[in-house]
Amino acid sequence: MRHIISLLMENEAGALSRVAGLFSARGYNIESLTVAPTEDPTMSRMTIVTSGSDEVIEQINKQLNKLVDVVSVMDLTEGDHIERELMLVKVRAVGNDREELKRMTDIFRGRVIDVTDKTYTIELTGTGHKLDRFLQAIDHSLILETVRTGASGIGRGDRILKL
Amino acid sequence: MELTGAEITIRCLQEEGVEYVFGYPGGAVLFIYDELFKQEQVKHVLVRHEQAAVHAADGYARSTEKVGVALVTSGPGVTNAVTGIATAYLDSIPLVVISGQVPTSVIGEDAFQEVDAVGITRPCVKHNFLVKDAKDIASTLKKAFYLAKSGRPGPVLVDIPKDVSNQKAEYSYPATVNIRSYNPQVQGDIGQIKRAAQMLLEAKRPMVYAGGGVILSDAAKQLTELVRLLGAPCTNTLMGLGGYPANDKQFVGMLGMHGTYEANMGMQNCDVLLAVGARFDDRVIGNVSHFNSVPRKIIHIDIDPASISKRVKVDVSIVGDVGHVVSDLLAVLNSSKQKPDAKALKDWWKQIDEWRGANSLTYKNSSELIKPQYVIETLHKITHGDAFVTSDVGQHQMWAAQYYKFNQPRRWINSGGLGTMGFGLPAAMGVQLAHPGSTVACVTGEGSIQMNIQELSTCKQYNLPIKVIALNNRYLGMVRQWQEFFHGNRYSHSYMDALPDFVKLAEAYGHVGIKVEKPSDVEGALKEAFARKDELVFLDFRTDSTENVYPMVPGGKGLSEVILAEDL
Repeated sequence: MRHIISLLMENEAGALSRVAGLFSARGYNIESLTVAPTEDPTMSRMTIVTSGSDEVIEQINKQLNKLVDVVSVMDLTEGDHIERELMLVKVRAVGNDREELKRMTDIFRGRVIDVTDKTYTIELTGTGHKLDRFLQAIDHSLILETVRTGASGIGRGDRILKL
Repeated sequence: MELTGAEITIRCLQEEGVEYVFGYPGGAVLFIYDELFKQEQVKHVLVRHEQAAVHAADGYARSTEKVGVALVTSGPGVTNAVTGIATAYLDSIPLVVISGQVPTSVIGEDAFQEVDAVGITRPCVKHNFLVKDAKDIASTLKKAFYLAKSGRPGPVLVDIPKDVSNQKAEYSYPATVNIRSYNPQVQGDIGQIKRAAQMLLEAKRPMVYAGGGVILSDAAKQLTELVRLLGAPCTNTLMGLGGYPANDKQFVGMLGMHGTYEANMGMQNCDVLLAVGARFDDRVIGNVSHFNSVPRKIIHIDIDPASISKRVKVDVSIVGDVGHVVSDLLAVLNSSKQKPDAKALKDWWKQIDEWRGANSLTYKNSSELIKPQYVIETLHKITHGDAFVTSDVGQHQMWAAQYYKFNQPRRWINSGGLGTMGFGLPAAMGVQLAHPGSTVACVTGEGSIQMNIQELSTCKQYNLPIKVIALNNRYLGMVRQWQEFFHGNRYSHSYMDALPDFVKLAEAYGHVGIKVEKPSDVEGALKEAFARKDELVFLDFRTDSTENVYPMVPGGKGLSEVILAEDL
């Protein structure tokens, strides 16, 4: 099953490689991983999307907690949570396609953030599922390039991951 | 007070009460070596290879309650140390390894003797640090010692660039250490402890399975008291030997791949299993689904939450230091009105004694060929079961574990997790330095000893009167045994051709060498060797080259699917 694991860790050189190394050394999956400093510059927040049996997920949580640089770990998928991902898509936009692509972007509540006479660059935010649907909805042959950040997640309401 | 990074490093070691540093100098650590030279409190032991420095620090740590310390230079110094570090990591041994690094100005430029020490060691340390400023050395070393020793112990590497060791900084050793992301749980949850106590009191066929955590936590006394109170059989893992006295009638021997029949059958047939500081590893429980195929309740005490329910689902988990948890469990049991079920225990022991009757630790002695088991039994007799015994890895390790009956913790020093050949001799050096007046025997084979034989030179320099007990069967015995059982007797490269004359070799290093070829000479040779209290004696026992280790649970099989000696 797919899990979104969120963690706070020391914002130190090498901390990211400890987490990435743990996943590769123990054979765990990483679907995506995002990391950036928090409002407290000594700490980074990481969101990892992974999958595995309940036993594997339990081990992932425990092994992450065991890393000395990791301050706290939360499996967001154990409760209510919000997940968002940002995607930038560059498409070939000429002739009739320009109108169609703009229309699809509006339907998906995206924005065209760069325009040339041959291309659009579209910014889209949402769940990974929504981003997938957008890519399916437009003519595949028009896609020149896609960049996705991977999911960032946060608990709903009182579910807070803090030191 | 302003000091250089090197001075600070040595001051920190003094503050930590470090007695010995095992190391090897090189360019990147020259400033630190210079400071070592200027003082006498911290003694340095010059090994002949950095792997041995780490193993010696490891042996020192295993045989004491202290943190072992090694010092190596950058590049090959660190890469040579990696096997030692991984060995300590797999067995949870507290070490601080200080490595030199190229100057910060050239890091990343493929400088001479540069490797990414923090990167290379990352998967085999509890934690590691690259110190980029001399002002951070003291706080980093304080953290390193604290991390190494607390929680589930392990090796910590501190990498210090050469310019940092020569840079001046204000020095004061921190009195306390606080790492906000690291808070190991020491006390167990009392609710869980009470549940465990109840489960144990209601057990009809209880069994205690105790591992290296008992040794590391110095909880042998509490464990012994608990086992006696429960009236249950107790088995030790390879790492746990000595955690429960082997001469006690409730001890059923080591379990696992080469464990006794009664220990392994007890594991499969008990109704409540109490696992204490042990981690259900593959060499111990064999095939996991076979292990899980029988109904039993499992209680697991471990300081590392990640060890719990890693391979085997447990019913009651207690995270905490073994010593603390077992003491609390004893208190709960002692205050309970309910007592263990004496009648059920009587039936259970009847069954265990029946398994014991199989006499699974047995061998046919010979008047022609020296049996390796006989050498270990005689070693036990001559040393009154009171020696520190280090071992290398292979058949001799298993025979030493099976036939040398350890009654005390920290006497059996071996590489259980990583299985590092070449561990025994350097580990024995650390043990002998930690216990200068004590008897230290290194049980080894002609394969393993050659992996770190250069340390005979270190032993000479520091007058370490270790007794090397080489069970020389002219084969990589354990490899040969697996090839005989599972690879159709095709002895692919398991034969040791062109062996050195170990007697002459020992003599060349300035030691005494004795070759023993007849069973009737075994006892006399051992007596002579141990009578030479101040000398290292290398005993080259020419043992039966076809002897196998029994019992054996083949890889992938279940604990009750055992091969006994008489089956063949």
